[in-house]
Amino acid sequence: MIALLLRDLRLAVRAGGGFGLSLAFFLIVTVLVPFGVGPEGGTLARIAPGILWVGALLACLLSLDRIYALDFEDGSLDLLATAPIPMEAVVSVKALAHWLTTGLPLVLAAPVFGVLLHLPGPAYFWLVISLAVGTPALSVLGAFGAALTVGLKRGGLLLSLLVLPLYVPTLIFGAELIARGSAGGATATPLLMLAGITAATVALVPFAAAAAIRVNLR
Amino acid sequence: MAALLAIEALAVARGGIAILERVEFSLSAGQALVLRGPNGCGKTTLLRTIAGLQPPLAGRIEAAPDAIAYAAHADGLKATLSVSENLQFWAAVYGQSNRVASALAEMNLEALAQRAAMSLSAGQKRRLGLARLLVTGRPVWVLDEPTISLDAASVALFANALRAHLALGGAALIATHIDIGLAEAVTLDLTPLKARAPQDGGASGGFDEAFA
Repeated sequence: MIALLLRDLRLAVRAGGGFGLSLAFFLIVTVLVPFGVGPEGGTLARIAPGILWVGALLACLLSLDRIYALDFEDGSLDLLATAPIPMEAVVSVKALAHWLTTGLPLVLAAPVFGVLLHLPGPAYFWLVISLAVGTPALSVLGAFGAALTVGLKRGGLLLSLLVLPLYVPTLIFGAELIARGSAGGATATPLLMLAGITAATVALVPFAAAAAIRVNLR
Repeated sequence: MAALLAIEALAVARGGIAILERVEFSLSAGQALVLRGPNGCGKTTLLRTIAGLQPPLAGRIEAAPDAIAYAAHADGLKATLSVSENLQFWAAVYGQSNRVASALAEMNLEALAQRAAMSLSAGQKRRLGLARLLVTGRPVWVLDEPTISLDAASVALFANALRAHLALGGAALIATHIDIGLAEAVTLDLTPLKARAPQDGGASGGFDEAFA
């Protein structure tokens, strides 16, 4: 399993691996929004939590179809299915690798991008917390969507349609956590809901994703 | 001696349509079975079923858990990883990291070990794909057209590796069109095992197959 994680990370940083694609997309969104909305600080500060979360979510979506598509095309997925690693572990490791190459860079870069959106001071702490707690759920749910569409040519659109509704609770609580945190309100409820969604998806979704892959490999 | 792989009254389906039935054979240590038949007769489907990638329509497949190493048409190579990195990954998956060097030597890949897999020729990729079998440490090799794009010398190299595997108590099930020069192999022609239509008593694959 560690070998699989290391291989996926190594593939991501090698040429054509797509590492940095999500980060670049996130940067483009946060740079363009002030141009579209206007430079007025108050408006930007108010919509910044939502924009940052929507940006992170779309950036994550961008790289989802690569989770298994490449392995499916070159036959690795068949071979992994017959290997001594259970498919649930393959799914979990691939979701973890996706988070490490997509979610984690977004968490680390988000404070810098927050400056572009005139995010108020106390919000930075909650921005990092909410993304760090929420983005693992995006990767795991995405791994499930990708498992459903593995083997479909141009499955990206279907994947987005399947996954986006599942992302909505994370988006709502994630943005709410930042908004409340920056306003000095009570943060416990959205934080616990966000953490609960992540914990539940990480624990349960790999089983569904593994079942979907087994059906799709037939 | 107990069979490493025993197939009883197996029927397999592709896309919900039964294509082979009444398949029966068993493989003991040291035996190789070559499957023959025209294109589309179900060789690949049979091998995928035996490898556990799809459920059989009927019948039984008896093999020890973790006995089968499957090699498909595609080699499962990552273009941006080097030859040895590709092999080391599979060796680590199977917990056999100490076999990498000997597998590279056996398939004559030592000179290419540091080369990225994308710069290999088709035959060299195939040799790397077959070297993967050597690092699985599993007794039953299930091979789908293993000699595609190999030249005569490489086929001989592969036949030697196969012979060594059989001599060590392994077994092999091979679908191929080419004579791989393995005198001791038994041949099974799949043509007479073509599935009958359901109204003639053949097994039928239903829509629910995907949810079995």
